[in-house]
Amino acid sequence: MDKTESNMAEKKNRRGFLKYLLSGGLAGFAAITIYPILSFLNPPKQTEVEVTSVVVGKADDMKPGDSKIIRFGNKPVIIIRMDDNNFRALSATCTHLDCTVQYKKDEKIIWCACHNGKYDLFGRNVSGPPPRPLEQYSVVIKKDDLIVSKEA
Amino acid sequence: MKNKFKKLYEWIDSRVQLEDLVKFMSKKYVPVHSRSIWYYFGGVSLFFFIIQVVTGILLLFYYKGSSDLAYESIHFIMSKVQFGWLIRSIHAWSANLFILSVFIHMFSVFFEKSYRKPREITWITGVFMFFLALAFGFSGYLLPWNELAYFATKVGTDIVGAVPFIGEPLKYFLRGGDDVTGATLSRFFGFHVALFPGIFTFLLIVHLLLVQRQGMSEPLEFKDSEKEEKKTMPFFPNFMLRDLLLWLVVLNILAILAVFFPAELGLKANPLSSAPAGIQPEWYFLFMFQTLKFLPAHVFFIEGEQLGVLLFGLAGLLWLLVPVWDRKSARGQKNRLINYIGIFCVLFIIILTIIGWVLK
Repeated sequence: MDKTESNMAEKKNRRGFLKYLLSGGLAGFAAITIYPILSFLNPPKQTEVEVTSVVVGKADDMKPGDSKIIRFGNKPVIIIRMDDNNFRALSATCTHLDCTVQYKKDEKIIWCACHNGKYDLFGRNVSGPPPRPLEQYSVVIKKDDLIVSKEA
Repeated sequence: MKNKFKKLYEWIDSRVQLEDLVKFMSKKYVPVHSRSIWYYFGGVSLFFFIIQVVTGILLLFYYKGSSDLAYESIHFIMSKVQFGWLIRSIHAWSANLFILSVFIHMFSVFFEKSYRKPREITWITGVFMFFLALAFGFSGYLLPWNELAYFATKVGTDIVGAVPFIGEPLKYFLRGGDDVTGATLSRFFGFHVALFPGIFTFLLIVHLLLVQRQGMSEPLEFKDSEKEEKKTMPFFPNFMLRDLLLWLVVLNILAILAVFFPAELGLKANPLSSAPAGIQPEWYFLFMFQTLKFLPAHVFFIEGEQLGVLLFGLAGLLWLLVPVWDRKSARGQKNRLINYIGIFCVLFIIILTIIGWVLK
């Protein structure tokens, strides 16, 4: 009687062992299949050239009240020539949800069309949903060339 | 845990009556005889198709289908994306093994005469899927936009032009113009990732439903034996577990091939460069390519190439319609002629492939 009982226990042990072996093997197999797929889906980091300043063009090409959006590295920057002939450069990416803003000449504000966010010409968020001001860039004129650079 | 699974099962079962499906599965049997091994190649082909779908979708995340960017995007996949080389190599190797296993599956069905009544539709959908498999191979081959692909597509579409009457317009349609250009690439990309998968999936569903509905084909000699004499094996779980085990073996072979012999990229296609020496189509087109090479320029009044294309077209049509003209097998009689035709085809394909390979 004792013998059969211990036999049963041993069988149970073996069954359990095989169960672990099989399920462990399956889990390992699933892992080595899924790992390369997930890694593949993860987009590789593209090395970006760090841009510190961009030559926009001739200062005289922009008249007071004009604005234009330029590429600064991968990001858009808006340049505005104000009525007092001074230039302003601000990040053109709305701080609310990433839309690109525009200059409204008549209201003298920077406006985001997506959710009616408004900034003044210093980039301060004055109305609507934007939570933060726009980042400022500095503008210098060197031999009539308009140069935009990151503020230190 | 077990209880939760049971609850989930009951939840679904009370809505879609899984019980019937389980009953159906448990009643399904696979005949056991000396040639049972051939039953596995349909499943293996299906497995390769699934791998193609999965790896193909993965490649689509990075591939760009234009003549300016295609080569560069594959280069990017191979060099920058993690495991990109592996995914592409698996796609390329699995494509080859898929066609090989489809060949084996198709010929085993042919020799067993399993296409006979009532399984004509299964055979016809299968042959169409075989043609599509070749079309998948041909269209996918161009997508890396490398030198070999460019010239292979030029030659391949030019052969299409040899078909009487419809050849020229068909060639123009395939190329999207007079020549192989970026327009051809866009077209082939569309064929490869949208049109062909759509048609193939439809045919596959019909094919598989018929196999389930009609059950596995029994060999001719089973007809005369008593029910008790027929040896069978339950499909679930006995046959399915063997199926899965084979899939695992096949996956390992595939992984070994992909890791140790990764797919190459070669040089970018350049319409102004000469075709490289020793250029050849993929192995599954080699026997046709070699036959066309052997044909003289003119046979009586017809061009050699035209004759070749016509003959292969006719052979393909007869192959597709074998359940229609093989009346003997349909009546359950032995038909030796079919065996001879099959052996001739196998030998023809193997010998001409070897010749094409050696004569490189």
